[in-house]
Amino acid sequence: MIAAVIALPALSAALLLSLGNRTNKFGPWMAIIASTTSFLIGFWQFLQMLARPAEERAAITTVYEWLAVPAAGFKVDFALQLDQLSISFVLLITFVGTLIHIYSLGYMSHDENQRRFFAYLNLFVAAMLLLVLADNYLLLYVGWEGVGLASYLLIGFWQHKPTAAVAAKKAFVANRVGDFGLSLAIMTMFIVFGSVSFSDVNEGVAGAPAWVSLTIGLLLLLAACGKSAQFPLQSWLLDAMEGPTPVSALIHAATMVTAGVYLIVRSASIFNASEIAQTAVVVIGAISLLMGAIIGAAKDDIKKSLAGSTMSQIGYMVLAAGLGPIGYVFAILHLITHGFFKAVMFLGAGSVMHATNDNVDMRRYGGLSKVMIFTTITFFIGYLAIIGIPPFAGFYSKDHIIEAALSHSWWAGAAVLFGAGLTAFYMTRMVVMTFVSKPRWEEDVHPHESPLSMTLPMIVLSIGAASMGIILTNNHMFEHWLEPVTGFVEPEPPLPIQTITIITLSVVAIGVLAGIWQYRKIAKVAPKKVSFVVTAARKDLYGDVMNEALLMRPGQSLTKVLNIFDKSVIDGFVNGLGLFTGGISSRLRKSETGYVRSYAMSIVFGTAILVIVLLIVRL
Amino acid sequence: MNPNAYLVLSGIIFSIGALGVLLRRNAIVAFMSVELMLNAANLAFVTGARVWGNLDGQTAAFFVMVVAAAEVVIGLAIILTIFRTRNSASVDEASLLRW
Amino acid sequence: MISSVIKLAEIANENSISFEPFVFWLCGGLAVLGAIGMLISHKAVHSALWVALTMINLAVLYVLQSAPFLGVAQVVVYTGAVMMLFLFVLMIVGVDAADSLVETIKGQRRVGILAGVILVVSLVLLLGNSFSIQAAELVNADSAYGGNVQGIAALLFGKYVLIFELTSALLITAAVGAMVLAHKERTSPRKTQAILARELFASGTYKGPLPSPGVYARHNSVDTPALLPDGSVSEISLPGPIVARGAVKNINQSDLNEVQIISEGLGLVSSDEEGDR
Repeated sequence: MIAAVIALPALSAALLLSLGNRTNKFGPWMAIIASTTSFLIGFWQFLQMLARPAEERAAITTVYEWLAVPAAGFKVDFALQLDQLSISFVLLITFVGTLIHIYSLGYMSHDENQRRFFAYLNLFVAAMLLLVLADNYLLLYVGWEGVGLASYLLIGFWQHKPTAAVAAKKAFVANRVGDFGLSLAIMTMFIVFGSVSFSDVNEGVAGAPAWVSLTIGLLLLLAACGKSAQFPLQSWLLDAMEGPTPVSALIHAATMVTAGVYLIVRSASIFNASEIAQTAVVVIGAISLLMGAIIGAAKDDIKKSLAGSTMSQIGYMVLAAGLGPIGYVFAILHLITHGFFKAVMFLGAGSVMHATNDNVDMRRYGGLSKVMIFTTITFFIGYLAIIGIPPFAGFYSKDHIIEAALSHSWWAGAAVLFGAGLTAFYMTRMVVMTFVSKPRWEEDVHPHESPLSMTLPMIVLSIGAASMGIILTNNHMFEHWLEPVTGFVEPEPPLPIQTITIITLSVVAIGVLAGIWQYRKIAKVAPKKVSFVVTAARKDLYGDVMNEALLMRPGQSLTKVLNIFDKSVIDGFVNGLGLFTGGISSRLRKSETGYVRSYAMSIVFGTAILVIVLLIVRL
Repeated sequence: MNPNAYLVLSGIIFSIGALGVLLRRNAIVAFMSVELMLNAANLAFVTGARVWGNLDGQTAAFFVMVVAAAEVVIGLAIILTIFRTRNSASVDEASLLRW
Repeated sequence: MISSVIKLAEIANENSISFEPFVFWLCGGLAVLGAIGMLISHKAVHSALWVALTMINLAVLYVLQSAPFLGVAQVVVYTGAVMMLFLFVLMIVGVDAADSLVETIKGQRRVGILAGVILVVSLVLLLGNSFSIQAAELVNADSAYGGNVQGIAALLFGKYVLIFELTSALLITAAVGAMVLAHKERTSPRKTQAILARELFASGTYKGPLPSPGVYARHNSVDTPALLPDGSVSEISLPGPIVARGAVKNINQSDLNEVQIISEGLGLVSSDEEGDR
């Protein structure tokens, strides 16, 4: 039954892609129905799960035996594991996914390739569901690659734009580096444990030597960095904003980029066994957290600013996941709440772009609150959620992460606190520049509210952003829900919880005030004379520069060297062989004089040699 | 009398015949040198027959003679044909199979 | 002369002095001389004759080695047939086609002589020690068959009959081949005598024989004067008494015309001293 969740969107995508233009009229609707049906099936499975006691909630459904090499003891089944962790993801993916499908109906209504868009969206949903429902690493890898492919196709959806094509390629290549880590991890798992299913690996970790969990942990961290745009594989996320806004909302905010966090939490037993790997995860999370915030604070493009925010928030999740059993639950909680409020903000950004003739420059926004009420209110709810104002969702998830970080180490705690302040700063900046300040519109811009197909999903999501936090953490419901899968230990922060909350809220308040003060007057054109921090932030903290210097230039030089090698050595060798043969032949053929007497000469000499040889032998 | 002397004589005549093939340009004279070489071989055969005390060597020499005669017939006919076409009996003229 | 040679032979036989070395050195030397002569003669015919000398000497050597049949066959076949064949071909090709002394291929002469010297030295060294046994006499072999010819015949038609048959096929093939090669197809019909003669006279340069006596004679009586090609009267054609009597007939104009025509036709009119014969 759970297989239908994956099968329906996959089938819909296949039909839409193979039948082509014939499905143009009903294509989008078919896609939406497929996505909705997946959600309904998932929800029904969730209800059934709730009815069962906690120990019996997990269930593995084997669809068919996929790969088997008996001689090597290699066996992988196409089996789906439905437990508390995966059902949470299924619900998130299908719910947010369906809402964004509906949003796309309005957003892409004028695009002639609308059907292809919905096909790719369905493909993405199917692949992501496969990723979270797989019961072994290899099947997870299939879903992993699938979402990577869908991301590539969707970022480069407007194929005629060279920037979009380049961004899609960049995303795919950066993902590939992470995929390399995942494939190596799977290979290591097979070598050490003899199997790649979650259950076998979890059992095997206990008896394995330390280097095993360290190696696999670091490799899985590399994979997560690639997919979730963490340092050092973060450069693709900001360029991925070239894709249509629904894509940014669904893939690069709510779901795909969270696959890395899912991977780490799913492999909890491996990380629990290696403290070094866990520390590495925390460090990466902290770096990405701060990096994303700094970059997001300097971008004038609304989508790029939100992308920086995504990177930062996922840094939060990764950091929490690296803390161990005290943090896994909160990482997932933050993931779910982030899915709601980030999606609502991206959809709001799309709505704003729609209203201002697809302009993304926040410096030309301003005063949109007067014209676009629904967008403003939903965006504002999302804003409050992300900066962590109670009772909105972000407060609950973020606060727990801050507690857990402080109970782990002072530097992790400091990082998350500073990050909270920066988040408040740049989100306030965004809200002020877009909605509150005086209008700085261009001449032909006449903003208006978006159609219902676009505002309805935003409203639904904002309700989620507002309420998810309270609902899920009520009576530690979510912690107990996930506990059988990931394990949960209550964090013990050095300071009492209320103190931490007060510190957090004051940091947030400082950030908000700083944002309002800094942007009380906004220039239409970005100022040139800025501090070096801002310059660096505008250049993505030199991420691209470093990639170019460390990888691209050496790669190009290597290519040049290989090219020269190929031309001079290999071609030279081959051509040289030919020339050599030709040279020898042109010298040798001079012996073919055509004169009988020269040939007779060689015969006589040969005879003489024969006779001499005979003489010598005789002697 | 040491029969080796006959062999030495045969060798000398053979070499002179070889020299004739190498040095003379007239096709017919070159052919004559080849005949000389065959004769030298015949002498060796006959000497061998004498040494071993049976007539096999002489029979071999006989056959060589017969074959040489047949060869001369054909060879001269060929030289004639070439002479008719090219109006020259020099072996150097037929040098088209060159590089 | 011959008796003294026979005497010498008897003496040699009595004293068991073998004449073989003597004959060997003589004939061997002449053979080598002939070979060298062939090598260095300028004219091809001379080369052929030198080769014939060599072959005859070799025939003597064969006889010396108790192979009389082969010696005769050498003279008959080789010297008689093969060398004559060579001479015939030389005749057709042109006897005075002499090789120029200048060597066309660079270095051929030097390297050739070198090769020849190497070859002769190595051959001599190799062959000088070949037979380590002394010559056996062939009398036994001959007497087993009752003579050299019978011996060879026994081998030819006995042990080597297959080769014999093949050689005969070879000879037939060679003969036919020579005929085919030497044959020349006629591309145009053969010219008859009449056509040849016509062409000869048509060329205008043919100076045929002068007209025989009586060509210009128109009358055969004694008193009619004979005419010369230029139309004048031949004095010697008239007998003296007739002239003395004055009984010479007059010349017809038609006779003069005929003479004119004949003379022009023979091309005698313009400038000849052949008028007086």
